[in-house]
Amino acid sequence: MSNKTTLAKARMLKPQTKQSFTTYIMVIAAFVIMMVLSSTGNVSSQIEGLLVPLCVYSILAVSLNLTVGILGELSLGQAGFMCVGAYSSALFSIATNESITVAWIRFPLAILVGGICAAVFGILIGIPVLRLRGDYLAIVTLAFGEIIKNVFAALYVGIDSNGLHIALNQADMNLAEDGTEIIRGALGVKGVPQDSTFVIGFVLLMITLIISYNFINSRTGRAVKAIRDNAIAAESVGLNITKYKLITFALTAFLAGLAGALYSHNYATLQAAKFDYNMSILILVFVVLGGIGNIRGSVIAAIVLTLLPEVLRSINNYRMLIYSIVLIVMMICTSNEKARNLIISVLNWLKDQIIKLKNMIIKPKTKEVK
Amino acid sequence: MLQNSPCCDIIIRTIKVYLFEGRSTATAFIQGRNVCKMGFLNNLINGISLGSIYAVIALGYTLVYGIAKMLNFAHGDIIMVGGYVIFYSMTSFQINPYISVLIAVIACTVLGIVIEKIAYKPLRQATSLSVLITAIGVSYFLQNSALLLFGEKPVNFTSVVNIPSISLFDGQIVITGETIVAIIISILIVVGLSLFIKKTKSGRAMLAVSEDKDAAQLMGININRTISLTFAIGAGLAAIAGALLCSAYPTLQNTTGAMPGIKAFVAAVFGGIGSVPGAMIGGILIGVIEILGRAYISPQLSDAIVFAVLILVLIVKPTGILGKKVREKV
Repeated sequence: MSNKTTLAKARMLKPQTKQSFTTYIMVIAAFVIMMVLSSTGNVSSQIEGLLVPLCVYSILAVSLNLTVGILGELSLGQAGFMCVGAYSSALFSIATNESITVAWIRFPLAILVGGICAAVFGILIGIPVLRLRGDYLAIVTLAFGEIIKNVFAALYVGIDSNGLHIALNQADMNLAEDGTEIIRGALGVKGVPQDSTFVIGFVLLMITLIISYNFINSRTGRAVKAIRDNAIAAESVGLNITKYKLITFALTAFLAGLAGALYSHNYATLQAAKFDYNMSILILVFVVLGGIGNIRGSVIAAIVLTLLPEVLRSINNYRMLIYSIVLIVMMICTSNEKARNLIISVLNWLKDQIIKLKNMIIKPKTKEVK
Repeated sequence: MLQNSPCCDIIIRTIKVYLFEGRSTATAFIQGRNVCKMGFLNNLINGISLGSIYAVIALGYTLVYGIAKMLNFAHGDIIMVGGYVIFYSMTSFQINPYISVLIAVIACTVLGIVIEKIAYKPLRQATSLSVLITAIGVSYFLQNSALLLFGEKPVNFTSVVNIPSISLFDGQIVITGETIVAIIISILIVVGLSLFIKKTKSGRAMLAVSEDKDAAQLMGININRTISLTFAIGAGLAAIAGALLCSAYPTLQNTTGAMPGIKAFVAAVFGGIGSVPGAMIGGILIGVIEILGRAYISPQLSDAIVFAVLILVLIVKPTGILGKKVREKV
């Protein structure tokens, strides 16, 4: 056993392990390349500014893929969970700004707070909602996303010597003299400490990937996949559908909360209006384009689709239009027999052309040998 | 148009009348309540009018869901397209308002059929997740095309309704012309649609397809034509709803159709999805709940209240008020 080479040992790994480790290595490699490029000053400031949003969107895409790809249910409320994570972590950071001055203790705590708050919301929302399936679940998650955004946009939170004040109107807050307003309704939060860095984003992304892959390849993950494939059969085998749906939903919300915390600490101000339906759809496009159920695909799609609009500034106006067409075309091509056969025949034709080219190059050699 | 008198106002007015005018408690209470009642009646009428518009939209949802078994996310955006068609034909081409509405109905019907042929027909055998995502794609496509074609500035819509408003009780209750037209037209549509489904051959074909698609096909019903007809009717109704909605709430931009579309879906579910009278009842109830919530609880949370109603309904009675329980066969 000990004289087998590492390559042989690597070939003996289970396909799931190969898949997950390939993804880890790809992401680590991309991170290292990016760090090298940015430290030698080869990266434009445009892309520098995009590095943290890249990580944010990748984490969001992976988290949504857990619900859409592994559980098989469409959740249109990711932006809502992101909003909860963003606001709660920002609140924590500002509230402990004086007490915990060291950023690299306070920020991870803030991220954790954001993730846990979002997970709590996920469980609270999931309990009534996850009995539904398909269309109803999509609409209800959409509704919750909107509700969360509207509530945060109408919220006024302030802190003073008496503690925390929460109100729906500016007038009702009654802050003492030394109090500061933290969340001011639609104007949002001001003065969030800008703690997010690319390194922290990368670390969070790696944590997300490790959690996701281990979740998918675990017993719970297999139960969830069984529910996705045939819910009635799964129930008849004895799987508690609501419990597994709740676990997946809570995990998705937790990861979205992490992403939200990272997002909120990237800019000095935070407004609820950004976490709307459009953002949920954007993340859905990442997931669909990368492949429903394909974690590596969603990371790649998130990175490509975040960088591409900046590179192709000229068609930025048509970006959303192109995304919608991409959604429709992707769905038709993957579900419709005729479209799938068409694409397979096109790919086969391409393969034949490549083989013909190879023969034209290699053929003279064989003739010489004869 | 909306009167904002929270319920606690009754108590305040009662106290004021009692203390400052020295009337007896009973009279004070009645006076306070009368003032509030007028506000309440006004809100109720507004709620019924908004609800009628939701009912027309919900009819489109319910028809498509009952027959094609899919949720047409793009329905709300067809309303927006109808609104824009009416606006541009009235302002740029100076066409008579009623003929503009007719043009919008024809345009939206064609749009509905085209969408069905391109985006939904290839996916008849696909999983519901794929169909949902495609529907979202279509909805997004319509919204962004409108954004690119018409710009993001909201346009000021002139009402297509020429009927003057009725004023009762010295102007304390005002019923606008738009309200009257909305209620009358929605009743006409519901009655007309019920008759169409029960009496005509195409209508009964729609009923058959909604019950059992394969059996209907075996009986010689052309499924493609029936489903196209369903989408056409739904889109036509959406155009009329667009005319009514934009006349009552005169700003129009590319996202105008989305929220009413979602709330009309809530109404359709509330009344029982697949049921035509259910859509009417659900629509009116949701309209009333929204307007009363906006007046008496909070304007920002009125959407939240409507969605909370949806969640309650889906937990307590998932088939809705008039819906039938469908057993899931394995």
